[in-house]
Parts: sequence; C-alpha cells; structure tokens
Amino acid sequence: MPDPIPFRRPDPATQPPYDAPAYGSTHKRHPKQKLVTVPHTLTETSAPRFDPAFYPPQVDMSQVNGRAAMGERIIVAGRVTDEDGRPLRGAMVEVWQANSSGRYHHPRDQHDAPLDPNFEGRARLFTDAEGRYSFVSIKPGAYPWRNHANAWRPIHIHFGLHGAGFAQRMITQMYFPGDPLLPLDPVFNCTADEAARNRLVSTFDLDITKPEWALGYRFDIVLRGPAATPFESAP
Amino acid sequence: MTPTPATFTPATASQTAGPYWHMIDFPEWADLLRAGGPNAGAQGERITLTGRITDGDGAPCVDALVEIWQAGPDGRYDGGFHGFGRCATDQDGVFRFATLKPGPVPGLGNATQAPHILLTIFARGLMKHVTTRAYFAGEALNAADPVLNLVEEGRRGTLVAQPAGAGAWRLDIRLQGEGETVFLEI
Ligand SMILES: [Fe+3]
Repeated sequence: MPDPIPFRRPDPATQPPYDAPAYGSTHKRHPKQKLVTVPHTLTETSAPRFDPAFYPPQVDMSQVNGRAAMGERIIVAGRVTDEDGRPLRGAMVEVWQANSSGRYHHPRDQHDAPLDPNFEGRARLFTDAEGRYSFVSIKPGAYPWRNHANAWRPIHIHFGLHGAGFAQRMITQMYFPGDPLLPLDPVFNCTADEAARNRLVSTFDLDITKPEWALGYRFDIVLRGPAATPFESAP
Repeated sequence: MTPTPATFTPATASQTAGPYWHMIDFPEWADLLRAGGPNAGAQGERITLTGRITDGDGAPCVDALVEIWQAGPDGRYDGGFHGFGRCATDQDGVFRFATLKPGPVPGLGNATQAPHILLTIFARGLMKHVTTRAYFAGEALNAADPVLNLVEEGRRGTLVAQPAGAGAWRLDIRLQGEGETVFLEI
C-alpha cells in the first residue's frame, strides 16, 4: 500500500496559539511542553463517513415544530473547500449558537436574557457536490462573559467541520460584518494574521438574501489541503 | 498531474468550542456499540476507555468535548467499523467511551502501528483542539510503534492506557504541568 498523502502544516500566524494571555481560560489549559510532530499515517488521513441515516440533517434553526423563533431571520450559506479550492463533498457541518437575546439553550448559561422556547440553536448539515451548504437561523445576540471588565462576545455562530481526514477536523466561529465588538474580542484577535482573522467574518450577500423573508450571509470555510498534489484521478 | 492551483487560501482559523458546545452533544455517541447505531452487532473485543482531564492546577475540566477516531478490530479505517465517538466530560472531568479494541494499523512504509485510538479534546480555553493517542499497556507492538518512538521515553506513559478491570482501560489527561500529557502536532 502506498503511503497516504499528508496534509499541509499550517503557517502558525494563520492559526491561534494555545497560550493566548488576553483570553484567561487559556492560562491553566494550554500545554506548556512542545507538541510532538507526527507524520500523517492512515490514522490522521482517514476520517469517519457520517451517514445521514445515523446523523440526520437539520437545516432550519429558525423554528421549533412550526413555531417561529424570535429575532431577525437569516440564511447562512457558503462553501467548504480545501486550501487549493477543491470542494469537500458530503462533509458534515455542525452549527450551534445563542438566541437573538444572546442566551444559549444551555443549563450553564446564566446570562440574564430571555430564553426562547422556539429556538434550540443547533443544526447539522452536509455539503453538496460543490462543497456548498446553507441553513436558516436567527441572528444571534451578543453576550457578556467574565474574561475581563465589561467583556462581551461579538455575535457569532459556532461551526464544527469534519473533513476527509481526521487531521482536517476543526471547530471555528463565524462573525458578522461591522460588529463593534470585534476589535475588543480576545478570542477573535489572538490569531496574528489579519487576513486570517478577517476570513472569520461573514459577508452580507444580496444573492443569498430572500426578498420579504431573510437576510443572507456568506461564510466560506477552508480545511487543510494535501501537502503533495494528488493525481487528478483521486477525487 | 494536477497543475499548481492559481490560488491558495490557508485553512480557516480555529476558534474555541467555548463552554456551551453541548448543544451538539449527543451522549449516546460515546457508546460506539449503541443499539440502532452504525456499529450495532459488530463483533470484537468490547472495551471501555475512561479518563479524567485536568488543568494546570489539577482541577477537573468539566466542560470538555472529547472525540475519538479509531480503526476496527480488523485494523481498517475503511472497513465496516465506524470508529468515531464523542463524549462530554462530567462534573469530575471524566469521559468514558464504549467501543471495540482496534487492531494494528499500517504505518508509513512497511511499518505497523500498535493498536491505538486517536483522542482529541476541544474546550473553553483551547483555541484549537489538542490531539493525543491512547495505546494499550502490555501490547507487544508498542515497543516498535513509530509514533510512540517519537516521544521521549520518560513521557511515553502519558499515551498508554492502563488496565482498570475486565475490558476497562484508563488514560488520564493532564493539559498542563506535572505529568503533562504528550500532545501530538498532526
Ligand atoms: Fe459562543
């Protein structure tokens, strides 16, 4: 059996560090020893195939049993590709977020903002043959956290991605354009490369927007690509 | 050969899963052998893999998301076994998976890798997940395992689960400090 094609190693500036002093929770949780770099074997280049029969998709977060959630309805859409622009087909995307008041449907969220019985805040999607995904939701609200005095998270949606290799597994956050909290947020700002940070900010898109119904935002996601160019016959 | 792509875009930056990732927690996923699941009826050596995750103060990480990826008993990732599980740590920082013991897996070249389970941890305070492996104490193939041998001998034990009863294996994870787990850059 030939060796599997490894994934490219990231430029550290384009990813956040483990030790991010401005983000308090990293202080006691970041590894202090140097990580051991391992070559990519089948363990890292293979990944689970998520069969929708066992992982049923759920693409509309804006309602529960036909009852509409409160807030501004939105459509979020984009493409999942690798670093060379190849689409990831059939990739499972998991999404979760706070409601329009900035409160999570979560027992540990004690923010004094109303829960919405018609908003659970999770979705599960699969990309199509071109790597495209889309879902319907409610624009989330900003919420306070105790990281520093008067700390508020910019509005965001959490995304979890499963690629073709476990080395592509990734969790990230999508932000919204023009949010005044972005320059103040240590989670958003601890990635050194400005262009990499800005790719976390979705763009308002009139083509995704549906007249009389919902605003559309585009968020494209890139997973690690192969370090060597694969032969074209391997899609 | 594919021509060099005209455009290259670095992978999207990781961001912490935060403390409220449980919206995507489905506790049954920690049991890879669950009735009605993708491995229902799969044959092999049933095991549990349990561990406690602690931080630099030795305090339990009670809000971590742990995922595993492993081969089936046949040592294949693309065989009939769906080797993916997810588990939330509990109020003591403990995770627990029920699965089948993986077989040896091909390494690079002609090498063989000892049976192992890839473990990833996402949590508040981890801007990107950490990755490690759980090997099985007493396995003859461990001595020649190409990944274990990249780790300095004194720290190798942090990757080796110990027997903890019939079919039970335990591997505690220390994110930082004394006895810090060896994390792998993959
Ligand atoms: Fe959040």
